[in-house]
Order: sequence, then C-alpha cells, then structure tokens
Amino acid sequence: MEAEKVVELKRVALKLRSNVLEMVGVGKAGHLGGSSSLAEITAVLYFHKMRLNPKDPKDPKRDRFLLSKGHAVLIQYAALVELGYFPREELKKVKTLEGILQGHPDLKTPGIEAVTGSLGQGLSIANGMALALRLEKNPARVYVIMGDGELSEGQLWEAAMASANFKVDNLVGIVDYNKIQATGPIKEVFDTGDIPSKWKSFGWHVIEIDGHDIPQIAKALDEAETVKGKPTVIIAHTVKGKGFSFAENSAAYHNAALTEELYKQAQEELRKQGELL
Amino acid sequence: MMIKLETKSLREAYGLCLVELGKRSKDVVVLEADLGKSTRTVLFKEAFPDRFFEMGIAEQNMASTAAGFALAGKIPFYNSFAVFASGRAFDQIRNSICIPKLKVRICGSSCGLSDFGDGKTHQSVEDVAILRAIPNMTILSPADAVETVMMMEAMLAVDGPVYIRINRNDLPIVTPENEPYRIGKIWELRKGKDVAVFATGYMVKKALEAAEVLSHEGIEVRVLNVSTIKPLDVKAVISHTKGVKGIVTVEEHSIIGGLGSAIAEALRKEAHPPIEFIGIQDKFGTSAKAYEELLEAYGLTSKAIADSVRSLVGR
Repeated sequence: MEAEKVVELKRVALKLRSNVLEMVGVGKAGHLGGSSSLAEITAVLYFHKMRLNPKDPKDPKRDRFLLSKGHAVLIQYAALVELGYFPREELKKVKTLEGILQGHPDLKTPGIEAVTGSLGQGLSIANGMALALRLEKNPARVYVIMGDGELSEGQLWEAAMASANFKVDNLVGIVDYNKIQATGPIKEVFDTGDIPSKWKSFGWHVIEIDGHDIPQIAKALDEAETVKGKPTVIIAHTVKGKGFSFAENSAAYHNAALTEELYKQAQEELRKQGELL
Repeated sequence: MMIKLETKSLREAYGLCLVELGKRSKDVVVLEADLGKSTRTVLFKEAFPDRFFEMGIAEQNMASTAAGFALAGKIPFYNSFAVFASGRAFDQIRNSICIPKLKVRICGSSCGLSDFGDGKTHQSVEDVAILRAIPNMTILSPADAVETVMMMEAMLAVDGPVYIRINRNDLPIVTPENEPYRIGKIWELRKGKDVAVFATGYMVKKALEAAEVLSHEGIEVRVLNVSTIKPLDVKAVISHTKGVKGIVTVEEHSIIGGLGSAIAEALRKEAHPPIEFIGIQDKFGTSAKAYEELLEAYGLTSKAIADSVRSLVGR
C-alpha cells in the first residue's frame, strides 16, 4: 500500500473515532472502547477494500459488513455517515425515539445488513448470506467482525464449524482481539484460551495481525481473498479504547458516560493525533 | 391443490410441497438439523441437492443462518422437531429473524405429543406460547394433510417469518378440499348455535367427533378450526361466539399461552359466555406406546370435549 493511501486511511480512522466520540457525547452511555478498537479495520474495509454503493444500499453486488459484536455499531455509523448513507444530523439523534440509529444494528438504518447485538449470531447470519451469494454466483464478499469476549458464545463455534463444513471462502471473519470484555480482562473474567489455535482446529485459515496497522489490515484482507476452499479469520490484536488515553486497555469505557472534561480531553487528543499525520 | 395428495401424513405432505415450492421458486432453500428422514426434507434434498443445507445438530446456528439466507433474498425453510426448532433457537428467532421481519419459514415437526414414544424431552407443549409472544411471527397449525398443502401453497407470499406446526402421525382428513383457503382463515367445519368449540391441529377432528355425539343429545356445537393461531382473526372469533352459551378451546399444547389464551385475549373486550380450556394442564409430556393412549392420558379426547360442552350448557 502506498504511503499516501496509508496516511489517508489513518485520517479516516481518526475521523471515525471523532464521529464515535460525537455520538457518545457527554453524560450518555456509549460503547467507546469496543468501537474505537475497530477504527482502522473499519476504515480499511469501508474506504479501501469493500465494493459499495451508498446510493443503493441494497445493491446485490455490494460487499457486506456485519458487526456480530453489535454493541460497537457506533463505529459503523461513523463510517456510513461519512459515505453518505444517511444525513449527518442523525448522529445527534443516535439512540433516540426520533432517530434511525438504534443502540444496536437494525435494518432501519441504510447500510446495516442484519440485526445483531444478541451476541454470537453474526457469523451464522454471515454464513447464510455467503452461501446464498455462492448459489447466485454473486462475487460479493461478506465481512463479519466478532468480539473476543463474544467468543464464549457457543453458537459462534457452531457457525465456525459450519463455515468450514460448507467451505465458505467468500466470507472473512475478523476477531477484534482487544483482550478486554465488559467487566474486565478476558484472562480474568472468562478465559477463552488459545484463540488462534481454536480457529485453526475448526478448519479456518488464520491470519494474525496488528489491528491498528493499516498496511497489515489491507494485506490480510487481500490474502483472505486468495484462500479457496476454506474460510479465513483475521485475528486482529487491538487496544480497547484506542486513541483515547483514559480509555485504552480499560474495561471502564466499554459502555460508559463521559464527563464534559473527559469529552474535551478526548477531542484534544484526537486533534493532536491528526497533527502528527 | 398444489400437489396430488395420496397421503394422510402431514409431514409427507409438507416434504412433497417443499419440492413443489422448490420447482416454483429457485429462491427456496432448505436447512435441516439431522432429522430430514423424519421431517421429510429428505425429499427436497433428493430433488434439489444444491439448495439443501444439512446444518448438523445445531439449531441455533441453523436459525441465524436461515436469517442470513433471507437477508440475501432467499426463502429459507428450516426444520427440526417443534420443541427444538422453537425453544432451542428462541433468541435467534427473536433477534436474527423476527426483529428484521425476515421471510424465514420454520417447520416445527413432531409437534405436541405426536412423538409419543420419545417422551417429554421431544414433545413440544410450549412452542406456540413462546413464539406467539414474538412480534411479527405468523403461527400455523394445520389439522390434516390437506390443510398442510393449502398452507404451504399460501406460505411463500407471507411477508415475514412463519412457524408451521406439523403432527408426526397420519391424521384423518377434516379439511374440505375444494374450499378456498387463506392464511388467517377460521374454518367453520360444523354449524351449531349452543356452544362454540375452537380447536387446532388434530384436536379439530376430536371436536368434530364430540359435536356428532352431542348432536344426538340435542346439543348443537359450532366447530371452528383455528389453524392460524397468529395473527388471529379477532373479528371472526367474536362473531362466532355471539349467542352461544359457552366456548371451548382445544389444543395439543399447554393451556398457558396457546390457542385458549389467544381466544380469551380476543374476547377480552366483549361480554362473552364462560370459556373452558382443553389442553395440556401445565405439565410436560411423557412416553407412551401409542399416540391415542397418550392423548387420552392427557385428557385430549372427544369425550373430554363433549363433557366440557355438556357442563357449559348445564347438563
């Protein structure tokens, strides 16, 4: 990937974090941690990799982006608004009766592909989509992002077996491996063990990357496209709350309200990160 | 009729119709959880192997995968025994399927007590109750093979999820073959002014038998087949109860949350005569050596219906 493109995508990731921050706002709860750990991955997918048609969100040829960890939907809204799927005013109405942006992914929102948020269901839905696309000989691809805490849901492993059984290779799983779940570090709360080995033993092609390194993300997504006859999962090592010093590697901002002071600090930190680009 | 019916088996009729629907629409796909020989999806597998997906014994994954198929424009039918198709996958039905109102068809086979030998773990006495509580869901409960075919023919057009409850055993035909059918229809299978009996599934036949006996005693029973339990035709329910001395509901399901509850809810704003619920009395099923023997043990008989009607008319 060219250096210029990398910088451009870094700017996009910052913009996405800034949009997330705007939606979290002051005094309202919002999933800051698990949304910001996905900023670079979302930037590369939506602004580089995926074939999209924002003018026709239902275009059958579009690639699909699903958040199995639906609570991080703010990062998807952040990208969709930049691409023009809905007007910017909607960000202010997130999680209100007046808006179209629900607390978890909902088909009310243009660009949202499935209802997720009850954890563990996204990979199954993605498998169904991928199998349907294969029946239609439609080249579109399905990207599904799972949380690491979410990997304790049994249904995900049923789905992981199904992807391998059906040799689903038009689907890419991405694990947001930030190592912290809602109430604390995964190692302490509910240790899910050796994640890469688990996926390998379930018959997946496994790629491990730094989930904040844009060239690594892009390269892994390209590699996934070359793998035939089996599904690919990208284990993305990430930092929960990335980009916000007070929230990094902390369970406290999984879903928390910001004070006015912290909100200003967060804005300032993003501004400084922008200056360094 | 969509197919020439030479069977009294609801599940055979279901399987044959799946094949016919597969011919009519290339979008029909079938998902199975290792019970295809019993649910009769094996017929679809033989006809359309590319559109048949054996999902293994993993009902939750099957339900959400069906949602994915529907989101990509397919009309998936997923299949298992009723108890697993509904209860094992409740949250997936609710979140993956019903919130987005997807065109997923769920076949709950071997419903009620109809899998008499396998006992309580495999018998479904709560499936209608739990699924009825989910918004956007349509719930069908055919009385026989003829009605199963009619429902299958009407099913593709329904905008949203549909659950169909299929009995395991061959059942006598009660549905008039040449009458028009639509989802939501309440069939008046016997006219009568004294008591209205709302029945569903195999219990429609039991109600007709009871009505025949009662007629000889001078009690005329109106027998109604409520085969669409949700959405319920509330107006029809109200009009069928005008002027009767009593109402009986009969279902092979718990009396909590099923047909009886739905009828009582429909009548809640009306002045209405007493309602008697015949069904499974807040109990699990059990193993038995024969279906009729099991129904008798749970009071799901024409005699029980007749006794209930007699008490409502004061005899």
